[in-house]
Amino acid sequence: MSAITRGPTRRSRMTRTRKAQIVNIVLLTVVTLLVLFPFVWMVSLAFTPAESAFRDVTLWPANPTWDNFVTALTVGNLGRAFLNSTIVALVAVATNCFITVSAGYAFAHLPFRGSNLIFYVLIATAAIPVAVTLIPLFLMVSNFPFAGGNDALGRGGSGLVDTLGGIAIPYLVGTMSIFLVRQFYKSMNPDLAEAARIDGASEFRLFWSIYMPLSKPIIAVVAIFSFTGVWDDLLWPLVVSSSPQSQTVQLALTRFSQTGNIQYAPLMAATIIVTIPVLLVFLLNQRHFISGLSEGAVKG
Amino acid sequence: MIFVAPAVLYVVIFQLLPVAYGFALSFTRYSPLQRGAPTFVGLENYVALLGDADFLNALWITARYTLQVLPVTVAIALLLAILANRPFRGVGIFRSALYIPHIVSLTAVSMIWLWMYSQNGLFNELLALVDLGPQRWLNDPDSALNGVSVMRVWKALGSNMVLLLAGLQTIPKDLYEQASIDGATRWHQFRHVTLPGLRPMLIYVVAMDIIYLSQSFAEIFVLTSGGPLNSTTTVNYLIYTEAFDYSRMGSASAMAFVLFAFIAGLTLIALRAGRER
Repeated sequence: MSAITRGPTRRSRMTRTRKAQIVNIVLLTVVTLLVLFPFVWMVSLAFTPAESAFRDVTLWPANPTWDNFVTALTVGNLGRAFLNSTIVALVAVATNCFITVSAGYAFAHLPFRGSNLIFYVLIATAAIPVAVTLIPLFLMVSNFPFAGGNDALGRGGSGLVDTLGGIAIPYLVGTMSIFLVRQFYKSMNPDLAEAARIDGASEFRLFWSIYMPLSKPIIAVVAIFSFTGVWDDLLWPLVVSSSPQSQTVQLALTRFSQTGNIQYAPLMAATIIVTIPVLLVFLLNQRHFISGLSEGAVKG
Repeated sequence: MIFVAPAVLYVVIFQLLPVAYGFALSFTRYSPLQRGAPTFVGLENYVALLGDADFLNALWITARYTLQVLPVTVAIALLLAILANRPFRGVGIFRSALYIPHIVSLTAVSMIWLWMYSQNGLFNELLALVDLGPQRWLNDPDSALNGVSVMRVWKALGSNMVLLLAGLQTIPKDLYEQASIDGATRWHQFRHVTLPGLRPMLIYVVAMDIIYLSQSFAEIFVLTSGGPLNSTTTVNYLIYTEAFDYSRMGSASAMAFVLFAFIAGLTLIALRAGRER
């Protein structure tokens, strides 16, 4: 009885949700195209011959060319910058994976007196504005003992200024990563290791052979975050690096744009080259990116 | 203990120590170029900032930038999140595509927009299509900050959307069913189911946006260098020039701590406003 009377209204609701669905997809498509348009335009310009880049730029260049990429790599000294950024990023990935993963694990499963307090102090440092530590860090790096002609008290020379070591310092341990790692291990059963612990295995052994094999997803998140953190940063390299020998990719890009007469076509080519590594990392690990970002927020 | 020692050591040396060092510096006059020790000047730097027109202007610019980018970004991101929350085939593509501006560095996206705003760039080409004369966009003190803001909204949409989407998915579906059985309109559902359920995530997103936006540097450095006529000089940009162009480390440190207090204040106001009543 009730089924009969409900019939028509249910059908009209179905078509209504159908319609809503289509409006939905159309709206999303329009917004997405708008959002992606600057990138499409960037690619078009990068393949447009430099001499016609100031007029008639079209979506599909009339005479597509690789010249701008060649200019970007040779004139902009982008190759060296690429190498520098890669080295610093890989160092940061390595230190982050070791240090934050072990710390996050301990905060989750090996509590000791005051460990919670220490944890919260570590996490709170993530809220300190970059500007606050920028100047002291720069002075510390330039007064680094026994480096760049410095004596034991850090005087006399230039310290680690303009070296890759100096550039790497602020990226070695990400406190947000410690937080994400701890959340990850908290969601794992602590009884997992109990049997082995009773059998007398060392804590290090437990961590290494029981938890580590299960930790690939979180290690991926930490690696991705530390890689992009180094790769995308501008302010710190700008302050510490002063010669082309130590400049990073973002810094090399800005050198490009700060000549009096900006050549936009090679600049776009350079931007593409600089962006490709992060884009690849993202496309290959989308799941980790988005879960890492929202996990921290939902459980935090 | 051994597990956390390296992390703790690092944070103490390279995070906490610098904060203390910077705080101490803010009470001194110090220029590393003139090889001398910092001289203690008490509150002089802070007092000077109160009457420093450039600094007050930078604070105002930072506040304006943050408070105009933030609501627009969150509103559009929320709309997109709601649209992308309904399951249909291919929704993942939209989610990833909209996230891409967030992946690309601020420096790189600023390069693209620098070109789009340039004399013969995309925006002037579009104006020409409808027979309008070229605008000066970033070269005009009246429009420069808005120009940068538009780029920043575009850049921040994706990350805000992904977070809000994660928030939406924590709202139980039956709450909506219940509401529609009770005859609630879509607006009512949004007002009484979506918004309350989304509150914790919304607060988180707004707080993160405040923290990032009020520290803007790279886009300013690339797009406008703080100009024209200081119309886009944010506090972070001013600190950079004060410390590394003019080598006034003491006063730059004082600025950094005022900025710290400013960000903390703004974040607390947002948390207050979002608290359950």
